[in-house]
Amino acid sequence: MPSTGTAVELHGITKRFPGVVANKDVEIVVRTGTVHAVVGENGAGKSTLMKILYGVQRPDEGTITVNGQQVDLRSPTDAIKAGIGMVFQHFMLADNLTVLENVVLGAEKLHGIGAGARKEIERISQAYGLGIRPGDLVADLGVGARQRVEILKVLYRGAKILILDEPTAVLVPQEVDELFDNLAELKSEGLTVLFISHKLDEVLKVADEITVIRRGTTVQTVDPKSVTARRLAELMVGSELPTPQTEDSTVTDEVALRIEGVTLGASAGPKVLDGIDLTIHAGEVVGIAGVEGNGQAELVEVVMGMRDANAGTIMFGHTDITDWHTREIREAGIGYIPEDRHRHGLLLDAPLWENRILGHQTEEPNVNGLLIDAKDAKRDTDRIVQEYDVRTPSIFVTAGSLSGGNQQKLIIGREMSHTPKVLVAAHPTRGVDVGAQSAIWDHIRAARREGLGVLLISADLDELIGLSDTIRVILRGRLSGEFDPDTVTAEELGAAMTGADTGTHADTKEEGA
Amino acid sequence: MSRFEPRRFLLGLAAPVLALLVAVLVTSLILVITGDPVADVWSQMLKAPKPGQATDMINNAVVLYFSAIAVAIGFRMNLFNIGVDGQYRVAAFAAAAVGGQALLPGPLNIVLILLVAMATGALWAGIAAWLKVTRGVSEVISTIMLNSIATGVVAWLLAKVAAEQSAGSNDIGTKRLPDSSHLDGFVLLAGTQKKVYGLIVLAVVVGFLYWFVINRTRFGYDLRATGRSESAAVASGVNVKRMVLSSMLLSGAVAGMVGLPLLLGENYNYGTDFQAGLGFSGIAIALIGRNNAIGIALGALLWSYLDKQAVTLPIATDVDDSIVKIIQGVMVLAVVIAYEVVRRLGKRIEQQQVTRELAAQDRQPVAEGASA
Repeated sequence: MPSTGTAVELHGITKRFPGVVANKDVEIVVRTGTVHAVVGENGAGKSTLMKILYGVQRPDEGTITVNGQQVDLRSPTDAIKAGIGMVFQHFMLADNLTVLENVVLGAEKLHGIGAGARKEIERISQAYGLGIRPGDLVADLGVGARQRVEILKVLYRGAKILILDEPTAVLVPQEVDELFDNLAELKSEGLTVLFISHKLDEVLKVADEITVIRRGTTVQTVDPKSVTARRLAELMVGSELPTPQTEDSTVTDEVALRIEGVTLGASAGPKVLDGIDLTIHAGEVVGIAGVEGNGQAELVEVVMGMRDANAGTIMFGHTDITDWHTREIREAGIGYIPEDRHRHGLLLDAPLWENRILGHQTEEPNVNGLLIDAKDAKRDTDRIVQEYDVRTPSIFVTAGSLSGGNQQKLIIGREMSHTPKVLVAAHPTRGVDVGAQSAIWDHIRAARREGLGVLLISADLDELIGLSDTIRVILRGRLSGEFDPDTVTAEELGAAMTGADTGTHADTKEEGA
Repeated sequence: MSRFEPRRFLLGLAAPVLALLVAVLVTSLILVITGDPVADVWSQMLKAPKPGQATDMINNAVVLYFSAIAVAIGFRMNLFNIGVDGQYRVAAFAAAAVGGQALLPGPLNIVLILLVAMATGALWAGIAAWLKVTRGVSEVISTIMLNSIATGVVAWLLAKVAAEQSAGSNDIGTKRLPDSSHLDGFVLLAGTQKKVYGLIVLAVVVGFLYWFVINRTRFGYDLRATGRSESAAVASGVNVKRMVLSSMLLSGAVAGMVGLPLLLGENYNYGTDFQAGLGFSGIAIALIGRNNAIGIALGALLWSYLDKQAVTLPIATDVDDSIVKIIQGVMVLAVVIAYEVVRRLGKRIEQQQVTRELAAQDRQPVAEGASA
């Protein structure tokens, strides 16, 4: 790899917010033409650091050097001028515009908005193997392609140094591999990539150098060839990791939830869900693997009563809950950990204790007849904060002021507090740091021992394999294949998730029912 | 950290004070530009009102209070009931028409009038709610249109049921309420014979119920949750359609009360001279009062104070009283901006405080757990 000079040097970067130091004496040297990963737990100060490098925030102390020249970045415009571009975790694309329109938006002066821009987009796409067609409508693109459009947007504006903030959080394994191929392409063309992540194996796979951040300061820069994921995690959390323990099966014969022939979508055309048959027993964790957008979200919404299926039945124990409303379903004892906690799990502007009520507005200890029982709800919130180790100064701060991991622990605590018989958990540890992740897994395992049936949707194969008693794969709205997590390999799952094992998945479809 | 935080309280207070200052500043600027006597205008505006005037202000504020509470009910769940104006006029007309028949004796007729007004207001608002729930029509559009339809419907019906025209006037109106149905109120302030509307009591009750239902009941929780995040409310089991319907009906029922103080305490019938436009002031006051029962009361008093002080402005200073409209308009704009600025500021301060306190907890791991 060509590494003639340094693309970015950060020396002694310190950023204080009133009463708190977000970054302290950060030292990072990024060589030109490399992929440099920055890893750290949520809240370790990665985002603040990247905001500083992208000109969103200014450091109180320290220097930033880009390509050998010291720069003063006052705004993202300055950063872009210096050749730094940022690809955010949440895409900023207009669905109803084409790729071309999205790319030129705000950069009309560079190559115009017509043929010139089109040519430039095609050139960049060619040069870096992005496979983007300027005429495509963004609404028609998948997540991976959208991310490539975001990368292209940044390159189009002349960036030579790319910051990717948690780029794999939204991708499935195959897409991650594609992204890594793209990054290799960028690298070989002499571009520099700063890769923010907390997924250690990915970082080890893609990075040329890894800098670990803990509590706002850089701990160490290591060579991925000479370090293990375990060692990295230890650097990140600053302590020894607990060893994952294999547990005996707790699966019983008692059916907790039975989904039969659930179909969603118009009679003509492709169905979002197509004849889903699935049984979850008490004490069993059924994991659903699949490339995002193959019906997982819809399956969850149908089970939770947020959407009505066009056909099929859902049995909760011996009760038919197909036509039940969300509230009745939750009251009956189905807990829900939503995929998007900000949209579906929390009221971000409301204090923690009001969030403790959410989803259980009709249940003890939150209510007293038709009135909200604030006193008991507050007391119980205190208990959840204690038992589930929600790191917060008080239960009166808004949910939005907590970190993602603590928000998630609050949600888990809330759902578990109503002793559900079935838990629908969609990506329960997404965007959550290592410490919170293992705590959440422990809670799910503990509840499973007590006879909880869990429908686990996840994109994290480690999570699926580590938690599930049975793994099913969803592809284009159909359940295909059934795997034993003890023997399945990531490759086998990956093949089933993309339909590469086409010959078998149609035959194995009925097995699980 | 305690429940009551002086900082949050001060931040909350800062917004309206700031907005008022901005309004004064902008208005002064306009007066300077137009060459009007700035000092005279303010000394006139700030002159202590006489007891009679003060009573007028309170009465006007009572009417505005109902209007603003009606709007606030919708606001709390992100529903924009722009149609309070139409709802109260239809309701006041229906209540006057029914009340004028004197179907029930004495106070019972007053109860009937109240119920008819609430039901009619709810019904009129219900049209918009029904359109929204079944057809997805934006309540902003439908309520604005219903305002204009209300004008037509009331004018047409008024012509049908109009009682005799008083001599020398083009005004027509419904039959006058029987004397036993009048609520003349009581003298509140010393030094004047003017009475405060009897329905000020109803306003206090409505204000209390508004606070209680929104903050203390399951229904209120669902309503607030829907306002804060509809997607989260749906996932939590709130039937959003039913919430839209019920909150719109409630809003309409309260809107129906807007005209009652005037009907029962001043006009005694509904005629072409019945006060219009109260619904729109209600929107502004709900914004200024931040959908808070007490805040709205203060906002209504302030609004009414400005309205009434303006009356004497042209006589005393030769400045047109429309300048008050400018003050009010700027105030609403400034208040909306100030609240948003304060909200963001508060959010940022809170986030920093959480980080700081967690860092402090980390330094002394002995003192475990959350201190509430």
